[in-house]
Amino acid sequence: GEINKTDQHQYYNEWIFGLEKGSKRIAAMMATSYNAKEEDGHHSGASSHGAAGVVKSKKPDNTAFKQQRLPAWQPILTAGTVLPAFFVIGLIFIPIGIGLYVSSNNIKEFEIDYTGVDISNPCYSCAKNFSWNSTTPCVCSMNFTLEQPFESNVFMYYGLSNFYQNHRRYVKSRDDSQLNGDQSALKNPSKECEPYRTSDGLPIAPCGAIANSLFNDTLELYHIDSNNTRNTIPLVKKGIAWWTDKHVKFRNPGENLTAAFQGTNKPVNWRKPVYELDPSDPDNNGFINEDFIVWMRTAALPTFRKLYRIIQKKSNTTPTLPSGKYVLEITYNYPVLSFDGRKRMILSTISWMGGKNPFLGIAYITVGSICFFLGVVLLIIHHKYDTRSNSADIPN
Amino acid sequence: MAFWRRNTHIEKERHVKANARDYNDKFSYADNRIKTSKYNIFTFLPINLFEQFQRVANAYFLVLLILQVIPEISSLSWFTTIVPLVLVLVITAVKDATDDYFRHKSDQQVNNRQSQVLIRGSLQNEKWMNVRVGDIIRLENNQFVAADILLLCSSEPYGLCYIETAELDGETNLKVRQALTVTSDLKDITKLMDFDGEVICEPPNNKLDKFTGTLYWRDNKYPLDNEKMLLRGCVLRNTEWCFGMVIFAGLQTKLMQNCGRTTFKRTSIDKLMNTLVLWIFAFLICMGVILAIGNTIWVSWIGRNFQVFLPGEEFQSNAVFSGFLTFWSYIIILNTVVPISLYVSVEVLRLGHSYFINWDQKMFCRQTNTAAEARTTTLNEELGQVEFIFSDKTGTLTQNIMVFSKCSINGQTYGDVYNEFDEKVEITEKTACVDFSFNPLCDKAFKFYDGSLIEAIKLEDLAVQEFFRLLALCHTVMPEEKSEGHLVYLAQSPDEGALVTAARNFGFVFRARTPETITLCEMGRAVTYQLLAILDFNNVRKRMSVIVRNPQGQIKLYCKGADTIIFDRLDPSSEALMYTTSEHLNEFAGEGLRTLALAYKDLDEDDFEVWMKKLLFASTVIENREDQLAVLYEEIEQGLKLLGATAIEDKLQEGVPETIACLNLADIKIWVLTGDKLETAMNIGYSCNMLRDDMNEVFVISGHTLLEQLQLKILNSVTHRVSSVGDVEKTDMFADDSVFEEAIIAEYALVINGHSLAHALEPQLEHILLDLACLCKTVICCRVTPLQKAQVVELVKRHKRAVTLAIGDGANDVSMIKTAHIGVGISGQEGMQAVLASDYSFAQFRYLQRLLLVHGRWSYFRMCNFLCYFFYKNFAFTLVHFWYGFFCGFSAQTVYDQWFITLFNIVYTSLPVLAMGLFDQDVNDQNSLRYPSLYKPGQQNLLFNKRQFFLCTLQGMGTSFLLFFIPYGAFSVMVKEDGSHFSDQQTFAVTIATTLVIVVSVQIGLDKHYWTAVNHLFIWGSLTVYFAILFAMQSNGIFGIFPSNFPFVGTARNCLSEKSVWLVILLTTVVCVVPGLVVSFLRVDLFPTLTDKVRHLQQSRKKEGPQEQNLRRVRRTSSRRSAYAFSHQQGYGELITSGKNMKMSTVSSAGSPGRTPHSSTWIENMLKRKNEVPIKNMII
Repeated sequence: GEINKTDQHQYYNEWIFGLEKGSKRIAAMMATSYNAKEEDGHHSGASSHGAAGVVKSKKPDNTAFKQQRLPAWQPILTAGTVLPAFFVIGLIFIPIGIGLYVSSNNIKEFEIDYTGVDISNPCYSCAKNFSWNSTTPCVCSMNFTLEQPFESNVFMYYGLSNFYQNHRRYVKSRDDSQLNGDQSALKNPSKECEPYRTSDGLPIAPCGAIANSLFNDTLELYHIDSNNTRNTIPLVKKGIAWWTDKHVKFRNPGENLTAAFQGTNKPVNWRKPVYELDPSDPDNNGFINEDFIVWMRTAALPTFRKLYRIIQKKSNTTPTLPSGKYVLEITYNYPVLSFDGRKRMILSTISWMGGKNPFLGIAYITVGSICFFLGVVLLIIHHKYDTRSNSADIPN
Repeated sequence: MAFWRRNTHIEKERHVKANARDYNDKFSYADNRIKTSKYNIFTFLPINLFEQFQRVANAYFLVLLILQVIPEISSLSWFTTIVPLVLVLVITAVKDATDDYFRHKSDQQVNNRQSQVLIRGSLQNEKWMNVRVGDIIRLENNQFVAADILLLCSSEPYGLCYIETAELDGETNLKVRQALTVTSDLKDITKLMDFDGEVICEPPNNKLDKFTGTLYWRDNKYPLDNEKMLLRGCVLRNTEWCFGMVIFAGLQTKLMQNCGRTTFKRTSIDKLMNTLVLWIFAFLICMGVILAIGNTIWVSWIGRNFQVFLPGEEFQSNAVFSGFLTFWSYIIILNTVVPISLYVSVEVLRLGHSYFINWDQKMFCRQTNTAAEARTTTLNEELGQVEFIFSDKTGTLTQNIMVFSKCSINGQTYGDVYNEFDEKVEITEKTACVDFSFNPLCDKAFKFYDGSLIEAIKLEDLAVQEFFRLLALCHTVMPEEKSEGHLVYLAQSPDEGALVTAARNFGFVFRARTPETITLCEMGRAVTYQLLAILDFNNVRKRMSVIVRNPQGQIKLYCKGADTIIFDRLDPSSEALMYTTSEHLNEFAGEGLRTLALAYKDLDEDDFEVWMKKLLFASTVIENREDQLAVLYEEIEQGLKLLGATAIEDKLQEGVPETIACLNLADIKIWVLTGDKLETAMNIGYSCNMLRDDMNEVFVISGHTLLEQLQLKILNSVTHRVSSVGDVEKTDMFADDSVFEEAIIAEYALVINGHSLAHALEPQLEHILLDLACLCKTVICCRVTPLQKAQVVELVKRHKRAVTLAIGDGANDVSMIKTAHIGVGISGQEGMQAVLASDYSFAQFRYLQRLLLVHGRWSYFRMCNFLCYFFYKNFAFTLVHFWYGFFCGFSAQTVYDQWFITLFNIVYTSLPVLAMGLFDQDVNDQNSLRYPSLYKPGQQNLLFNKRQFFLCTLQGMGTSFLLFFIPYGAFSVMVKEDGSHFSDQQTFAVTIATTLVIVVSVQIGLDKHYWTAVNHLFIWGSLTVYFAILFAMQSNGIFGIFPSNFPFVGTARNCLSEKSVWLVILLTTVVCVVPGLVVSFLRVDLFPTLTDKVRHLQQSRKKEGPQEQNLRRVRRTSSRRSAYAFSHQQGYGELITSGKNMKMSTVSSAGSPGRTPHSSTWIENMLKRKNEVPIKNMII
């Protein structure tokens, strides 16, 4: 009974306390209006809780996170921040653009179409008479003149147009495990390779439409010197693929290629099996043949160029490719006319930002100018029509 | 347990036999186990998955997944869909599982509660779940009733017992239940054992206040009604023990039958989002069709010839069929315009916002120890769009605490405090209150500030003494004195309690009562009055009287009641006093106080004898007893002598006028819907500043006639007046005071009562009512039933297309809370019913301000920003495929790596946008409250609507266009620095993907207003994670393990080491971002919204340092209105004179021997209730 009584007393006190607090609060409210900060302040109420009747306060924690008071940076768009940004963008972009444009213009590039669409084209007959079954390769040569000498390393590309290397069914028609030298994938290529998965009951290595359509024209370049003699220009065929592709992504299934590819068939369109792509150099044969690797890296757009050969700079005194007459000899193996494709050979030097492409330079100059111009326009608008006044007109 | 569900036959009648389990088992009634959980371990997976796939979004993604498995169509690997889908399913399942786990736990806790069951001749402890229909169980004080039971007997005389039904109907006052006389004697176990009565009653239903049945026992029939039932969810109070027989158990109890599934509420943004998603689907199909047609053309022009290198399969040689397949492939690719993560993120945001509400200290009420609670987590942004608030009055606007504040005795007012210059002093907490230390029995919580009343008492002013004597005698309060001097009053209405407490403090302590006597302690002397009659209160009489014989032998009648009623029955000698008192009453009423007039009369012994005989006779009459009694009462309550009047303050909750003023400024219309009387409601309307004297007109519609014509007339005339004013306001109405016409904006108020409302809500009138009500600034509906409350809400909801919010605290508000878009319950006041039905609950009305203006506004703002950005982001992300389609032969080749597509929405960009949706603040909370107009854009739906959606999707499309074509331009001829070719698909993919991630990150940076550390972390973190994952997935190691799944090996390394790629990224980023920046700068600069201005101000403030806030003050206007309120129920007088509830007084005078130690008192109960955890988990 005794305990009960004291308990009850505590309850009672607490109750009264609460009431007092309440009425005080109300009185305070009337005088000062609602100011919630008042609640944060004192915790004195806790001490009055009796030992028996202690109820855990459900008061939420007063942390900046829970009370949504996290310190924060609150930027606002003002003329003072936005306009300088425009000017800065303009001032940065225009020089970059000019730099890009100039260096792009300094790049020497020569392009020649050897598809053989016109009768005038030396490759016309090769193109017309193309047959998958022909045993003798059709060779044609094209003469061309370089007006300016090409300094330093020159890169030789082949370009294809209207060739949909990025078609979904084409893109997926390969087996990366097989190309990585996986034995099981070699013998049992992925279904994605259909319809170039097997031929004559044997698995195709490398399987798939991409490999099957490997670009197999052979391009050779001759310089015609003043005596009208044809000098072969040495073309380097290694170092044209990405390092990662050559060393990581593509691997031969074994050291002895002939043995490794035993039991597989060559792709339908190929004239020779994969292990004979470059019999002279075991480091460039089989799946790690660089021409093959380059081809296997499918292009993003239907018109594309791929690196074919590198013409190394010989000495500092003579240009790699002096101006003058040249002959391009093509072993015409690759049919593109049926789908209205085009084949090109491109010679190009490069600069610090890659190949010749005026797009970026022009784009930078344009964007930079527009930003600068916008900055000026906005500045004028801001000064002329600024309607923001300070807090005075905020309705309460 | 779900046995009864399987029972196909519908129970028409229930037969229950006491102590006969075998007999009752025949009927297979539900046992007392309850189950609110949905799953168990084995059923969880199938049921949960089934439920989840019923959602349209999930089903849609399942269909996509199936499409992706078809190799001819599949343009994306299956994992791009399955990873997010599984993630979503898992998160939802985990949430469902935890919810269900807690339900299991609470079920288990409830099911395992102990109750004492009479089995085989003894009381045995049984778990609740094992209690069965027909069992006799014993309940003890303060225990929850385990099932719906028929009261058989109790420890109290006459088989009475008291229960509290707060869980059922929200009423906190104690209710009396009485057992049948025949069973009330079965007080010992052997007798109960032999009890074999059979109850035949109605089948289970959900009507809480109705029960019909018959008890057949010993060849007799006894009718049973609700007064003999104790329902599950009630708590036994002030009753030591009782026995009852279980009639309904478990899920068949009325409580459980009432736990209806609440309708799922959807926000308007939700609905808009659904519409938009449909539009997007339509757009998706359009794009699919365009691309499919493109594919058909491509196949017939180019693809057919390209077969040398890319042979089509047989069926694909048909161009149209190929187009058809492409359509589906593109549907798969482009599905990310509506990513599954949208739905998940929205839910996460809402949950987060709900937690912020739960965590808000400024919505925590210390008195009741309750924090605000978002009980529904899906409605938060709707809080930022509320246009109409429907509020209950009692307990919501007011505290339902009555305080004796002033009185007028014999023409003299007391209660005001004057200073030395005779000026009225405003009472604050510092004002010294009267010292009642002379009175050992005083209630210490009672406060009174005017010392002159005490002096009058001490001077033994007869009128003053008689005044307080009346207050101490004329009531139906029950006293409880547990220890000497420690008095607790059990009052039926708070008004009465306040009056008796006042009398107690002023030295007229009501100490004890028996059916025949009332003992007072008058200025320290115990005086016992003989109670001769109680002339009880009812709504017609509006007064109550007692007739007592004082120790001197005089017979006196004391009467208190409504002023008008009392004034009609006064002796002519009181006329002068009546006028002064009347003036005082007006004064009191003007301050919003509830008034009562007091009068007495000396009775002649003989006259009384005669009257008493008539009374005794009348009370035995069966027919027309009420009327006859009323006539008799009327007869004796004549020629009264006025004593004075009391004024009781119906205390408003804290901050109510300020809150209402603030919400008004935010263009939120507040309608008060109350069951109270017109006068009370208007009074409260005035005191909380909803009605003001400076309003142009307050229309009061309180017709009691049933003539529709009349209603129509009234309404029409009012409408006419208002609308004519609305149209030509400056010419007609204010022609007289043209000086002010410029300044006055028409302000009207409408007060309508329940009768009129019933007519006005009829279909042909409801439009007029609505139009009229919307023209008024304030609308008060009084005397409305709970159903009408819901109807009014429904009316506005239906016709106004506005978001409605209903706030209330009692069971009578439940219907309106459930009807409104958002229901808010005031917790900690009157039981839990309203809270249980509500979507949000907190302890005080004033928190509504913060809930709407701060949390609601933020939620809406955040959600809108989030959605805009989300749609932008996904359009920018997805439409790149569309543009690419034109360059890849419409073959549905993706631009990006499949892993990127999989992870873009769920990993690379989810956290920054979530952080924005959770933490962004345009304006801080203080300014949100300070400038309530900031709330208006939400009501007008400005931040996210169809136009905004178009703008942000347009921006997304533009970005996707630039994202594709700038790299396209650059990549048409692009070589690496070592000359190797570089315009390959993988580089292209990595470049665009990186650009996209950077662009959307920059864009979110610009869209964000509030950069907390978390935002920084998430944005920079996401970028870091992007690059980390990019490099990891394209690393040699992972390629070595899964060569066919990660074909991008080395691309990132090769690509991102190129300067030209970075130049492309920089260019694209700037070009994508600048247009949006220009537009938003111009908007802010030329057409700043209030938000922009406040932000500007806020920033300049911050620079200047903190400033003193000028506080808005809302003053109460005073005006003269008469008020009368007396919230009483009839019938207590009879209970007192019959002596049925007298046990307490007898015990208390004996110093409470024989009471069990844990028997508790009313006050203790009340306090316990205050401290109790919300009981919602316990009762189910």
